[in-house]
Amino acid sequence: MELTVFVERKNLRKKVKFSGKNVNELLRQLKINPEVVIVTRNNQVLTEEEILNSKDKLEILSVVSGG
Amino acid sequence: MNCSKCDKPAVIELQHGALCRSHFIRYFEDKVFSTIKKYHLINPNDNISVACSGGKDSQTVLHLVKEYLLEENIQTKLLFALAIDEGIAGYRNKTLCDLKKFCQQEKVKLVTISAQKEFGFTLDQAIKKLRKKDATEKPCHICGVWRRYLINKYARKHGATKLITGHNLDDEAQAVVMNIFKANTALMSHQGPITGMHQNELFVQRVKPLYFCTEKETKLYSLLKGFPVGFVECPYAQEGYRAHIRDMLNEFESEYHGTKQGIINSFLYILPAVKEQEKRNIEDTIKLCVKCGEPGNQQVCQACKIKERLSNKDAKQI
Repeated sequence: MELTVFVERKNLRKKVKFSGKNVNELLRQLKINPEVVIVTRNNQVLTEEEILNSKDKLEILSVVSGG
Repeated sequence: MNCSKCDKPAVIELQHGALCRSHFIRYFEDKVFSTIKKYHLINPNDNISVACSGGKDSQTVLHLVKEYLLEENIQTKLLFALAIDEGIAGYRNKTLCDLKKFCQQEKVKLVTISAQKEFGFTLDQAIKKLRKKDATEKPCHICGVWRRYLINKYARKHGATKLITGHNLDDEAQAVVMNIFKANTALMSHQGPITGMHQNELFVQRVKPLYFCTEKETKLYSLLKGFPVGFVECPYAQEGYRAHIRDMLNEFESEYHGTKQGIINSFLYILPAVKEQEKRNIEDTIKLCVKCGEPGNQQVCQACKIKERLSNKDAKQI
């Protein structure tokens, strides 16, 4: 499936080919530690176990403060 | 995944179960309020200053202190937000803009202190100048000294008896590990939900209501509450020792859940012994800096030492 992902820390929006099932697997594919981000879809916060669907638009928000 | 307390969709999975939006907010607020009560962080007669950067932690702690005062029916004479503008272009101006908006929403007075007005240099100018003499100068060290100096001085000058900070469990676990790695046992004795060894009228007591809240929980709370927190990164953030410790602990936490909480629990267990040991090693009296008159543990305080290093015939008059 193809997802649209916005990575806040890099201010980068990109299309991602994804063959996994859930948020945790997506973060592993993107080499992002789940501990340092919150993932949202349509402004709804998702847990790591949430199942993703093709054409989902996701935002990966940084937990770590900028300072 | 659904909330373990109701059928609504979960927003976070914690060690004791998943929580939905409303149950998470209640869990988070209960944790902060019980920390305040357990450690007596706020007393009815306190005049309160909240050290604010404009980020998620300071907005959250400012909001929850207000909520706590309301819930406990404590009518404090003074509650204000105290911000330090160190002068970091492209960073602090943005977080202070968020903070101004937030303080207007919360109807809390905001006092902003400029490092440039106080010391004659912005942090950007200071580090540029100091690095001409010594390329290893660390901006985070100067920033930390300036911030601690200014928040204490101006909290006291505005009549505060408590200085509340937004330090969270991640910050504190990092500090514990940093101090162990660097064998700074004296600094360790100053840590905990209430900061400092000395009780002195020149030091405003610093307290940390978010002490048991992880950074992720705090971010989630601020997000769910819709606080105006934009993402902006300090240009110096990756240069610090702390950033390496933070990344290491987050890697560990991801692999072994509860690592950071374990560090804090262990630290609180040994803290009384560390404090007792340190009491034997330090003099009881606080020294006043011979140059500026502010309290410290040496004849010349760290802020004045930085001033001296910045002073030469090419520098602006401080």
